[in-house]
Amino acid sequence: MLNLLEARDVRVRFRSKSVIKSLIERDDDPFLDAVCGVSLNVKPGETFAIVGESGSGKTTLARAITGLVKAQEGSIRYLDKELIGLSSSQFRPLRRDIAMMFQDPIGSLSPRLTVESLITEPFKIHGVKVDDYAEEARRLLSMVGLPAHFASRYPFQLSGGQARRVGVARALALSPKLIVADEPTAGLDVSVQGEILNLLATLQSELGLSLLIITHNLSVVRHISDRMGIMYLGRFIEQGNTDDIFEQAKHPYTQALLSANHDPDPDAHSERIELQGEVPSLLQRPMGCEFHTRCPHAKDICRSQVPEMRYSTSGHQAQCHLIDAI
Amino acid sequence: MTVSSLKQMLVMPSFEFLTGFKLAIKRLCKEPLGLLGLILVTLIVGSAILAPWIVPHDPIAIDVLNRLKGPSAEHWLGTDQLGRDIFSRVLMGSQVALKVAFSAISLALGFGLLLGLIAGFGPAWLDHIIVTLFDTVRSFPTIIFALAVVTLTGPSLTTIILVIVVTSIPIYGRVVRTQTQALSAQEFILAERALGASMPRILGVHMLPNVIGQLLILASMDVPIVITIEAGLSFLGLGIQPPTPSWGTILNDGYLFIRNTPWMIIAGGIPLILCTLGFTFLGESLRDIFDPKLRKDI
Repeated sequence: MLNLLEARDVRVRFRSKSVIKSLIERDDDPFLDAVCGVSLNVKPGETFAIVGESGSGKTTLARAITGLVKAQEGSIRYLDKELIGLSSSQFRPLRRDIAMMFQDPIGSLSPRLTVESLITEPFKIHGVKVDDYAEEARRLLSMVGLPAHFASRYPFQLSGGQARRVGVARALALSPKLIVADEPTAGLDVSVQGEILNLLATLQSELGLSLLIITHNLSVVRHISDRMGIMYLGRFIEQGNTDDIFEQAKHPYTQALLSANHDPDPDAHSERIELQGEVPSLLQRPMGCEFHTRCPHAKDICRSQVPEMRYSTSGHQAQCHLIDAI
Repeated sequence: MTVSSLKQMLVMPSFEFLTGFKLAIKRLCKEPLGLLGLILVTLIVGSAILAPWIVPHDPIAIDVLNRLKGPSAEHWLGTDQLGRDIFSRVLMGSQVALKVAFSAISLALGFGLLLGLIAGFGPAWLDHIIVTLFDTVRSFPTIIFALAVVTLTGPSLTTIILVIVVTSIPIYGRVVRTQTQALSAQEFILAERALGASMPRILGVHMLPNVIGQLLILASMDVPIVITIEAGLSFLGLGIQPPTPSWGTILNDGYLFIRNTPWMIIAGGIPLILCTLGFTFLGESLRDIFDPKLRKDI
């Protein structure tokens, strides 16, 4: 099937020193790579999850896809349009198709606007003719399971879960094809997390949406996503079908991540893999395999050579020298 | 349906400006200090507008025989060193005071708001230029700056207003810039960008309502400051020329003759105090009304 979104070798660089400082210190490369050659594709109706620790570049990748951060290299194609290099006015019509939800449920709603004006704002921004904004607001509120009288509330009067639903309604307003959701369950109670995920899943199957979900919550990933990619230092180190990865993680980092996730079955005894050390600085990427500083299996080859991405038949891919040995 | 939700439905504004304005006035009347502020400001503005018709005496008519008198039935606030009726002079003086205060502050507020938004939200190089300009202007003491300008243009009310506007723009501009910078790092601004909102929309609909509250307070507290600056400049002979009355000239005359009579300084000071209080109360209540978080009725 044709990909809805296709990213190839996306690289996002941030300047790490001022121009003057890098001149004085004769630093030829005063940049750090927040996202370093990431490829992924999202098919229509599919959910893709990006998983990783804080600072692994997930949010930056999401913002690069939605054009909020400039990607320097690579290509991001939506249907057959290249997104990298578009000016903000060229990008604007595409924003009807690609909606984004942000981490902070309340903080991502403009504090002086009522819920009604917040969820009908997308129509005003894109000049979509609506006969009755109040009616439209009621329709969107009922879609996300909020009663109509919420239309007159202000963001600070909402709970986290309610604000998140308003965020979903806002994202849905223009009937997009892809929703990029940055930590949609962050800061919510477990029960509310469940409600929000079920809401997203229902809306997805009703409307045929594609979802790109950024999270560090593995239970969420397992619950909602079809495919997933694991990010470490701005790269995907493993990518594939969610079920494949949960059953048979290839990369030692993924194995460690999954082993740290609590299994609700009390009889299931899984060995917990504890990683040593800290995530290396993006300013000083390790030589060879970037994970070797923390890898329990690291060999000499890992310290000197960058591993290649290895593929299996089902599209499961991992970047490790020792896949067959582990 | 509970009483509170019914009340909410009744009180919530529709988005027509007029209903919003009416509601603002309604809410203002519910707060005792806001109401007091509104009354004081209405009184001062009203008397300034009507001054030429309601003054009991000619404010510049000299009556040397009755100079430096205390309050009497004839002269409610006494007379000054030339025997002019102080009450009439205070009334007429409010015209100058408000003319200077309103025009200077609204101009400074407008330009400060614009420059502050641009500096806070625009590119870094523009921010540097604007901030450097602000600092340069602020490094001149107002009076010295005024002296320089008056030397070039000659004393007049316009000159005073111009000087006050130029020296106050940085005050407003800096507040707006800081607020805008803090806001633009927040997620809801990013969310608006992700929705495709245009720059004017982000600035006007999402930034402006969040910075205007502080500005209203600042502006209302600036009213008395501006009036005293006008007084100071008039005292130095750089502003209002005698015999035109202004609160500043009344205060300064009172200061010169304080050994003879306290009435002039009291008569010049009280309207200034009332004006300060009125605008401050009004400003604070307006801020509370425009900030849904501080509003008490929802």
